[in-house]
Parts: sequence; C-alpha cells; structure tokens
Amino acid sequence: MPSPLFWLFATLMLIGGIAVISFRNPVASAMSVVACFVGLAGLFIGLSTFFVGVIQILVYTGAVMVLFIFIIMLLDLKNEEKRNSKYAPIAAGLGLVVLFTVQLVGVLSKSPNPEAPPLDRATLAAAAGDYLTDGKIASSLNAGQLPDVHLIGHMLFTQYNFPLQIIGVLLLVATIGVVVLSKKPAE
Amino acid sequence: MPEIFLNLAIIITKIVFFTFLVVLPLVPLSVYFERRFSAVIQDRVGPNRVGIPLTLLGMKKDFHFFGLVQPIADGLKLFLKEDFTPEHVRKAFYWMAPALTVVPALITVCVVPFGSSVSLFGHTEKLVIADIDIGPLFIFSVASLSVYGITLAGWASNSKFPFIGGVRSTAQMISYEIALGLSIIPVLLYYGDLNLSRIVQQQADHGWLLLPLWKNGTLSLPDLNTALFLIPAAIAFLIFTISIFAETNRMPFDLPECETELVGGYHTEYSSMKFAMFFMGEYAAMVIGSALIVTLFLGGWSIGFGLDAIVAKWEIFGVGIAGLIHLGCFLTKLLIFILFFILVRWTVPRFRYDQLMKLGWVVFFEAALLNVFLAALIIAAPQLTAAIIGIGAVLLVAITLAVIWVAKVSDDTVRPIPA
Repeated sequence: MPSPLFWLFATLMLIGGIAVISFRNPVASAMSVVACFVGLAGLFIGLSTFFVGVIQILVYTGAVMVLFIFIIMLLDLKNEEKRNSKYAPIAAGLGLVVLFTVQLVGVLSKSPNPEAPPLDRATLAAAAGDYLTDGKIASSLNAGQLPDVHLIGHMLFTQYNFPLQIIGVLLLVATIGVVVLSKKPAE
Repeated sequence: MPEIFLNLAIIITKIVFFTFLVVLPLVPLSVYFERRFSAVIQDRVGPNRVGIPLTLLGMKKDFHFFGLVQPIADGLKLFLKEDFTPEHVRKAFYWMAPALTVVPALITVCVVPFGSSVSLFGHTEKLVIADIDIGPLFIFSVASLSVYGITLAGWASNSKFPFIGGVRSTAQMISYEIALGLSIIPVLLYYGDLNLSRIVQQQADHGWLLLPLWKNGTLSLPDLNTALFLIPAAIAFLIFTISIFAETNRMPFDLPECETELVGGYHTEYSSMKFAMFFMGEYAAMVIGSALIVTLFLGGWSIGFGLDAIVAKWEIFGVGIAGLIHLGCFLTKLLIFILFFILVRWTVPRFRYDQLMKLGWVVFFEAALLNVFLAALIIAAPQLTAAIIGIGAVLLVAITLAVIWVAKVSDDTVRPIPA
C-alpha cells in the first residue's frame, strides 16, 4: 500500500494541475504549476530518489518557473483574463487527454508488473556486488543505505558518458548562440 | 507500533527544538546584534536600555541586560501595529508572499547538522532533523523557492517601486544561484559526499577545509595535496560567501530594497507582522547561509585540533553530552559569522545594479568554473603522471588567461554609444 504521503503529494499535484487550466489569471496559473512540481518532487522523494526530487525543485520550480513568472509579470497580460475560451482548443485538449490515457492503458497492460523488492538491507547488499568492492557505492549499499546520487553519477559517467558529453557541448553551443544573437552590433 | 510513535516524537521534538528554539530566536538576536554592532561602528551607543522594568514593581532600579530584551519589545511593537492592506493590491498574492519568504528559509533548517550526537538511555540521536544524502542540494533547492515570495510581493503590491524591487530581486537571485552552485563543486569533489553530517565528521577527523592542521586526532602539518587544495578551497570560500550575501539580499547587494532608489523595495506596501515576516525570512536566510558556510568550510560543529574524539567520550550521569558541547561550538561559530555579515553591511557601500550583475556573470561564474578544473586537477594529481599534470596546468593557465582577456574585451565594447 502506498504511504499516506503518496496520497498527499499526488493530491497536491492533481489540484495544481487542474488549477493551472482553471485560473484566468496567468500568474495564478504559473503558481499552480509550481505547486504541481512541488508535488511531483514529493512523489520522487517518496520513491527514495532524493536527488531527482531535489533537482526537480531546483531546476523547474526554482529556475524555469521563476523565469515564467518573471516574463508574465513583465508582459502584464490583461487581455488573457478577459478572453473567452473557444470550443476548438478545449476539444483538442480533451482529445489529447483521451489519446494519452489510451496509450497509458496500452503500455500498462503489456508491461509486466512484478512486485518491486523492498529496499531493505538484503536487497541493497545483494546489489552491492555489481560495483567496485572498496568503492563508496558498495560500502554504503552494504551499510543498508541507498546512495542515489552516487548511483546516478556512476550510471551517467560509465554507461552514458558519450551522450552526456554531447549534451554538454549542445548546451554550450546554445548558450553561446543566445549571447551572439541577443548582442546588438556595436556601432 | 510504539517504535513508530517514539521515532515520530523524536522527529517532532527535533523540529520544534531546532527550528523554533534555535534558529528562530537567532533572528531577533541578530537584529539586536545588528543594531548594537552598527552603533559601535558609528560611535553611538545603540539600544541598551530595554530590560526587565523592575521599577514598575516598586523596586529601586531597572535591570537592563545590555538591552537584550529590545528584540522582544520590537517584535511586540510589530504585532501590535495596524495591519493595513492597501486598496490597490492583489489580495491573495499579497497575503501569500510573506509566508512564501519565511517558510522556505525555515524548511532548510532540517538538513543542517547542529551537533554530533546525544545519547540518552542507550539511545543515540544525531543532532540533525533529516540526515539525508543531498544536504547542500536540498538547501539550494528549497532556498530557491523563497524568490517567489519576493517576486509575488513586488507584483501583488501593484505599485511601481515594489515591482522594480521584485524584478531586481528575481534577476539577482537567479544569477547568483549559478555562482553559488558552481562554487561548492570543488568542495564536494574533495569530500566525495553530499551528506552534511558526514562532511562535518570528516572535517572533525581530518581537519577543517580551510584549516587542515590535524589528522586522526593528532596535530600535524597537511600533506602536499591537502595543502595545495587550500587554493581552490579559498577561492570557493570567497565566491560562496559573497554569493550568499547576494542571495540573502544583504548589503552590499541589497538592491531589491534599496532605500535611496526604491523607498523600501518589494516590501514598501507591507506593514505590521507581514512586513516583519519579510524581515524574519531575510534574517533566517542569513542564519542558514552562515550555517552552510560554517558547515562546509569551517568544520561545522567540530571543535577541531583533534579535541572532538576526546569530547565524544564525555558523559554526565550516563548522558553523552558531546552533542551539546558541539551544539555550543556550532552556535558560537554561527554567531561569529553573523557578526561578520553585520560588519560587512556597515562597512561596504551598496553596489550599482550593473556592477552586481557583472560581478555575478562575468567574474564569479567564470572564476567558479575554472576553480572546478583546478580542484579536479589537484585531486586527481596523485594518480596522474607528471607529464599529464603539466599539460593540465598549462591548459588551465591558458584558459584562465583567455577568459580574463575575453572579460576585458567585452568590457571595452559595452561603453555607451555617443549620441
């Protein structure tokens, strides 16, 4: 049975999600997205992936949404509040929801759903064999802790090292591109 | 089942004790220190009268604790003031904003290790609310939420100066978060750990990051590698401390509430306890920022000089009191650092906004990034051959010079275009 905290954060997330589309005020909608992201981070932490949860808050809630709100406030979208919603976008949105639900049902019905092993000492110690015996990961797995940050780092820098570097270069190019494009030519 | 209730009771006790009996009282205390210290700096006396008014009870003399009761009087005054809500504000956000500034600052308390551990009836308890493996990241992520409070306050006030204050604050906090996050990467590389209690334990055993003068309980000079690491550590300390100043909107970076330009900045339209909550949030963020600096760079709760192992064995009536001694040590360091914050506020003049942004983006960002490479080189050096170390060092120097050159060139072209 999921813990009560799961229900708490799932409810927070759903309320946030519904509030995004029901508020007229763009800032209120943006704040609802923030609530939704906080709920999502809570769900991640409930799954013992502290790192993913915290990064979720740090990146999306702490940086991306702040920029969103920043822009909304600067633009001062008064027209947005008066606008009446038309039927076509609502129908399209509902269609997307239905499609997504169908896809979800399809995936869930095909994928095997075995009971996940509980994160107790024995499971963690058994997993320690895959890593260097004197390393940090193995020692904390043997001690009955889940070193999620170290595990993610290990995975990224051993199995996905090349894609990681490519993404790094891509981001660098994007950053420099933005600077070049936004800089006015000096006279 | 009783096990669960016991654990729950312990956690709630810890939350109440650390948040409401340790960190929150530090807020009025630092306000008092701020006023007294600024008075000393400006050759005044400061508030030194408010104490226990024994004359009201018919005694001869008042008992004034150097004015230490002043913060309570200040707090009482703020509670009793009229809570005025202007007509033109956006009500819901106007009410939400003060809470959104205080709450994140107080949530971050939960990963700060206040002391080693206290043992009672054979039960050992660490003096930290949540001993999770992502301490510094948790503090950064939750602290980054406090920007909403300030931004919303500026926007919801629906008037010009608060809005400019809110916008300034958003831009400033986002910019300095980058320098803040990058600057501690060398430190985390050195520890190889993100758990703040383990980081402090490591410092207690092997010397503080900025003072590695003992090893395994005996005083000794650091080996070459540790000594060399003092360079990136010092750079990281400098960048991190200054970024904390900017992140908590303290002088010399308090542009969001710059009185000479913006009246009061984002809290211009607030009064009474709502204003006090912004005040509290700011000071609580300062306390947590100092706590993080002390924890990462200055040994956290450890007394240092190899004394921690000795203290850890002390007991009074079967109660292990090492944790309490360490708690005292931590709070002493914290207060010294808060005094440093106050000293800086009353000595350094305020920056201009473009200077602030330039410092963050052109100086700190690059310096922190280069510092990461320098630290990585020093940490990896024992496993590398001399040739590779040499190539790495040459490359690093070349990149540093290139960055300095680019910064200089970009500075030249930003000159105002003549009309």
